[in-house]
Amino acid sequence: MCETCGCAVATERPAATETITVMRGILDQNAAQAAHNRAHFEAHDVLALNLMSAPGSGKTALLERTIDELAGRLRCAVIEGDLETDNDARRIRRHGVPAIQITTGATCHLDAAMVHEALHQLPLAGLDVVFIENVGNLVCPASFALGTHADIALLSVPEGDDKAAKYPVMFRAASLVLVSKADLLPVFEDFSVAAVRTAVQALANPAPVLTVSVKSGVGILDWVEWLCAAVAARRARPGAEPSRAPAHFSAAPFAQPS
Amino acid sequence: MHELAISLALIDEAERVARQHGARAVAHLRVVVGPLSGVDGEQLARAYSIARAGRLTAEATLEWSAAPVRVCCEQCGATTDAAAQRLLCADCGSWRTRVVSGADLTLQSIELIDARH
Repeated sequence: MCETCGCAVATERPAATETITVMRGILDQNAAQAAHNRAHFEAHDVLALNLMSAPGSGKTALLERTIDELAGRLRCAVIEGDLETDNDARRIRRHGVPAIQITTGATCHLDAAMVHEALHQLPLAGLDVVFIENVGNLVCPASFALGTHADIALLSVPEGDDKAAKYPVMFRAASLVLVSKADLLPVFEDFSVAAVRTAVQALANPAPVLTVSVKSGVGILDWVEWLCAAVAARRARPGAEPSRAPAHFSAAPFAQPS
Repeated sequence: MHELAISLALIDEAERVARQHGARAVAHLRVVVGPLSGVDGEQLARAYSIARAGRLTAEATLEWSAAPVRVCCEQCGATTDAAAQRLLCADCGSWRTRVVSGADLTLQSIELIDARH
């Protein structure tokens, strides 16, 4: 109330508002943590890979097979992300490599801070490759950089060949696309690997598309070769570019899709 | 529903700017959402309206706009509009393009109440 005449005009000065231009990425803090993670991997000469897919596309099964194939060639470890249970980490440990389980509770993705905590529990000095198996989800994990050198997207045959077009954020950033459960291709006659290649390319992504099957063994050698070449390429180019944009993994050892 | 995690990151950033300027509170936030950032603007606004409580943003309104998706062609050099799932050059049809707009999630500006400096 006005102290002079008692009218209703407020005597407190009105709040002053001021507009500040910020122009900062909302996820800059995660990006900074991701860069810090990357520095850890680089310091130990470790190649870090972020595996992403829908739930049930066969990420863990592929890793189990991969670890066996790489035995005696590359020393691996796995960081597992799931909402609940340590089932996946236990599956991996049975193959004789270290595995750290992150349980995110209700969170639908891994972020760089979670990965940082996990990587400090790994013996990085004695490793060549760290696989990070993200939470099964084709949407949310794509928005959070982890500090890995490359993103790998899996797409299993029963999911259908239109997933790359439906989930462009995920498939645009992938340095490699693996069509998994390829032993089912004869059953799922509508699934076209060529259509996957076309859809990935329509996202301006030159990533190779490989077909793999843990069950039949198809494509496993190509995938292992890709991994070995990726380790070699990274060692030849220390301080290589980060992996969030599609073209960055230009040292991809396979021919670009035509 | 990663929009809740993103809202919290947004509020952290808004508070950081508010403190830096010695402001009493935040009145308004302007955010630009790129369709290729993987974030849905509507969902972000909804999540933010819950997440803002108890912070300097408690009364702050959020305004968001979508950034256009634009690509620059590495073959012909043209910069053209594109769709999120089809990032081809609209001029020559090449897929060898670079996204120049639409991939970012940006806090554009912030209105502060009683900023001191």
